[in-house]
Amino acid sequence: MIWLTWRQFRTQAAVTFGAITVLAAILAATGPQLAHLASSSSNDFLSRVSGADRALWIIGSLAVLAAPALMGLFWGAPLITRELDAGTYRLAWTQTTRTRWLAAKLSLLGLAAMTAAGLLSLAVTWWASPIDAAIASQKGILPPGLLVFPRLSPEMFAARGIAPLGYAAFFFVLGVTIGVAVRRTLPAMALLLTAFAVVQIGMTTFVRPHLIPAEQRTEVISAANLLNINVNNSVTVIGRPGAWVSSQQTINAAGQPAKPPSWVLKCPAGSAATSQACYARLAQLGYRQQITFQPASRFWPLQRNETVIYLVLTVVLAGLCTWWTRRLLS
Amino acid sequence: MRTSSQSVPRQGPGTKEGGAISTVLRARGLGKRYRRRWALSDCTLDIPAGRVVGLVGPNGAGKTTLLSLAAGLLRPTSGTIEVCGGRPGSGRGQLARVGFVAQDTPAYAGLTIADHLTLGARLSPGWDARLAASRIRRLGMSPGQRAGSLSGGQRAQLALTLAIAKRPELLILDEPVASLDPLARDAFLRDLHDTVADQELSVVHSSHLISDLERVCDYLIVLAASRVQVAGEVSELLARHRLLTAPRIDTAALPAGMEAISVRHGGPHDTAIVCDDTTAGAGTLPAVPGAALSPVGLEDLVLAYMSQSAPALEVTR
Repeated sequence: MIWLTWRQFRTQAAVTFGAITVLAAILAATGPQLAHLASSSSNDFLSRVSGADRALWIIGSLAVLAAPALMGLFWGAPLITRELDAGTYRLAWTQTTRTRWLAAKLSLLGLAAMTAAGLLSLAVTWWASPIDAAIASQKGILPPGLLVFPRLSPEMFAARGIAPLGYAAFFFVLGVTIGVAVRRTLPAMALLLTAFAVVQIGMTTFVRPHLIPAEQRTEVISAANLLNINVNNSVTVIGRPGAWVSSQQTINAAGQPAKPPSWVLKCPAGSAATSQACYARLAQLGYRQQITFQPASRFWPLQRNETVIYLVLTVVLAGLCTWWTRRLLS
Repeated sequence: MRTSSQSVPRQGPGTKEGGAISTVLRARGLGKRYRRRWALSDCTLDIPAGRVVGLVGPNGAGKTTLLSLAAGLLRPTSGTIEVCGGRPGSGRGQLARVGFVAQDTPAYAGLTIADHLTLGARLSPGWDARLAASRIRRLGMSPGQRAGSLSGGQRAQLALTLAIAKRPELLILDEPVASLDPLARDAFLRDLHDTVADQELSVVHSSHLISDLERVCDYLIVLAASRVQVAGEVSELLARHRLLTAPRIDTAALPAGMEAISVRHGGPHDTAIVCDDTTAGAGTLPAVPGAALSPVGLEDLVLAYMSQSAPALEVTR
């Protein structure tokens, strides 16, 4: 049965792994230069990253983000519906049992999906590591441009590390299961894409912040950590290098949530001396910023926890898919 | 016309003794419902082993449903079915005992003929590689050709080869020639006839064309309106049924042991297909004035049973 699965899948596999190889080769060719630039420049590394490398940074990150959705769409959703459309399931299911048939397909393509996503993420994570490290160590306001998202941020988390491997397994099996449920290729693909968006946003918003209890800190607002002051309602936003800040508020000397005084707007402006005096006055009046965040050091523990969750969900879904296939059209 | 006894099919002699002759397919009260429509209902049937069975009925009669149940592609909604002594589709061993050629003879368009044979060899425990290769060679097909580029007749041959090289006990063919042109149809049926003669296997072959089945089958099942209307040996069915011609036929006035299956009024004579269990044989029928009995062809016989179940075709008096 593995032979038949491989025979049907090998073209898709060649295309996918071919594309990954091309991207990996480009990354391998440009990576050492980028690392050299990082080690030879001081604080201005991020502003010295070339336009081509910025484009590669975006393309690589988007490729890792999108790979699980693409594998669900093109490997998962049509896997069974294609057989139903062509009627070949009647050939296959009278030669071998459905359980064996599906087990071979799910395991071979599932492993291929995990391998593809793993290799892609490995290449991109390695290539982008100087940029990620620079972003994580940058204090205060980052230089303008796209290179502002730490790898722990919601924008980047799914494009780095080992989590894409779990996503790929899950969305591949989800594609197969939706295909079995709706029995038609295009609706299955549309549903999978919707599910991808819902699950990934839901995971980022509702689950990941709680995988490890977030830390809370009360910090003095300073030039080093101030990111933004909203002029209209004078809300200040501070950052922590490399951390994922999920919520924050300004509190007064009594520890109550409060709006900072309006003159804070002037603090970032002016000379270094007046600016420093401005922040010192704010601190003296007792204004602090209370932040809830995941520190940068939690990147790998969070990645590990999220990957485990997705792999467990994948196994559960594979069981559901098998049960459904056994009942399919009978 | 029969009404009350319709659900009890007429059975050939092979099954009267309750399994004295081995049966390859045994159905008891078998039914299959799709949502609210019954595609097959209350089907009780014994198919003796070693026969070439023709399953005939109009489109939508439930032929595909019955054969899919036998192949294990479907599960019954009610009743039971047993094929080669096991529950259809219950495992590898059971699948190996049944060869199935599905309607429209599907094949993987992107795979070559050789790939399909490898597929069979990998999936079927009793695969006869020599038989498969020699069939493909004899049919003049090139192993490197993709199934997607085969003609309908060649694809049907490929599907038949896959089913036969499994060395099954029972070969099920679901309208394999329905979409073929007359020439390809003839070639397929001739080849099927030769293969079956060589291999000593039981065959169930469905079609909505009696002429397809007449050449190869020695046992016939008529399925119409999702029920078995009649089942039995072809020779015995032909011996039991007669064409009755008379100026006027009153079904109630027929002698004991004779039953009208369908009656056609109009013209100078009424005609009826009757099931005749009397010993009179062909000739005259004293009980009905001016009546004559003559042998009936298989096609007329089948049509009589099919029209019996279709109210639109019923002739009213």
